[in-house]
Amino acid sequence: MGAARRKSLASHAMLLILCAVMLYPVLWWFGAVFKPVEELSSPRILPLRPTLTNFTEGWYAITNYSFGVFFSNTILLSISVVAVTIVSCSLVAYGFARMNFPLKNFWFSIVLLTLMLPNQVTIVPQYILFDTFDWIDTYLPFVVPHALAGGIGGSFFIFLLVQFIRGIPRELDEAAEIDGCGSFKIFTRIIVPLLVPALVTVSIFCFLWNWDDFFGHMIFIKSIGKFTVGQALKLFVDSQSAAPWGQLFAMALLSILPGAVVFFFAQRFLVEGIATTGLKG
Amino acid sequence: MTGYLYIAPWLAGFFLLTAWPMMQSAYFSLTDYSLLEPARWIGLRNYRQIFTTDQSFVHSLRATFLYVLFSVPLKLIAALLIAMVLNKNLRGMHFYRTVIYFPSLIGASVAVAILWNNVFGINGLVNQLLSLVHIEGQNWIGTPSTALGTLIILAVWQFGSSMVIFLAGLKQIPGEYYEAAAVDGAGKVRSFFKVTLPLLSPIILFNLVLQTIGSFQMFTQAFIITRGGPVETTYMYALFLFDKAFAHLQMGYASALAWILLAIIAAVTAFIFATSRAWVHYETEGR
Repeated sequence: MGAARRKSLASHAMLLILCAVMLYPVLWWFGAVFKPVEELSSPRILPLRPTLTNFTEGWYAITNYSFGVFFSNTILLSISVVAVTIVSCSLVAYGFARMNFPLKNFWFSIVLLTLMLPNQVTIVPQYILFDTFDWIDTYLPFVVPHALAGGIGGSFFIFLLVQFIRGIPRELDEAAEIDGCGSFKIFTRIIVPLLVPALVTVSIFCFLWNWDDFFGHMIFIKSIGKFTVGQALKLFVDSQSAAPWGQLFAMALLSILPGAVVFFFAQRFLVEGIATTGLKG
Repeated sequence: MTGYLYIAPWLAGFFLLTAWPMMQSAYFSLTDYSLLEPARWIGLRNYRQIFTTDQSFVHSLRATFLYVLFSVPLKLIAALLIAMVLNKNLRGMHFYRTVIYFPSLIGASVAVAILWNNVFGINGLVNQLLSLVHIEGQNWIGTPSTALGTLIILAVWQFGSSMVIFLAGLKQIPGEYYEAAAVDGAGKVRSFFKVTLPLLSPIILFNLVLQTIGSFQMFTQAFIITRGGPVETTYMYALFLFDKAFAHLQMGYASALAWILLAIIAAVTAFIFATSRAWVHYETEGR
């Protein structure tokens, strides 16, 4: 008993040290946002003379636009994308999981194949395509692909939902069918309510990945008034010859807050979602 | 046929946004195309130029391969070791898992790239800590020999997502296997190599493929932290491609680069799968 206890103490000590080392830069960052300029070159976490000026000045650091604009842009973009993704991906997943049609397995293997396709391969012609549609500098290059069950993570979400629907007993569908439900009614009445946990996972991933899709934002969004937070931070870095680190850190911290909040509220879904999709493949 | 109604959105998206663009991209890769003027057919000249005269291509391949070669194995080893420690039914498991996963959650953001830029800068946190023990630091990001290292550290720092997957895999290994191994006189190390590794190998393969494909496409961190420099030592392939397409408007050239990237990723993935026959153990008996 004594030996087992000592062993678990050793594990705890090791894990605590690891966590401390991993989180130290992040904690230092959280402290730095409240530090006046002269304290920024200290490895201390807590500020000696805490101040809020980094927030108040950083918020308006970009001429003509406050960070409020960039936050509402990013929220608008991410939420529209999540909304259309939930609808399109669950419909498609239902088709793959429950319907029978010619070439089904072929198309599903294409879904899995596109899971591995680097988006650099399609980004150039997609840009040209969206340019001819006059969609550059709008959010349509993000919303439309997701509405077609594509975009960032689209194939992954289809795959995840198909796996989940396959786990729902078919007897439920059959019982509803006897009661006279058509396939769409079965989908809305039986499948969707049971699919909610999986849809939460999809929404969280979709939100986080689109929030951080700096590459896509930078390619398709051109005018500052439509910039996302990530783009605004990059603009902030570039616009100053000597970076005002305190203000930058403060705005950067705000930019990760929505993701962090979503994560802490829904992390059970998230962590288990990753784990199960990783295994059921 | 109603099935086709349900998958219609995906099917439309696949043809419009994947298949057709890929065909176009293949065609553009054989042209000189600046967006401003119509594409002009030049045959294989883009490819010839990439393989024979483009020094940046060589630099970006070198940087990308070094990045993948170091970051992926280090990340997976860290993930597996910590997952094994966490698998011991310790109290506070939930807390540790959350803390360790947190960097993976925020790691891809512009915010963390900015943090890293400062932490490894000349007056950054790393040098401040070093000065506490009287070691004079340097500009880690601005020095050719260390710049790529800072990006690799950033990648390894985000081992949490792989760890979560390993942890779920470890939980599925029945405890009896370890008891049987112990009865047969196997020690800790031996049961790790004879029980844990073989039973976990399908998950190792999954993580390896996922991380490798992802690492080949790394963009945001290199774009913000090092901007490919110094002297192109961190000029990641995706960054190089982005510059050609959207900074120099060489769409044809960039399309050729994209196809080469696809070929490289496909070849590396195929190679991993080919070797996996030798080391991945699938439990087929007793099903």
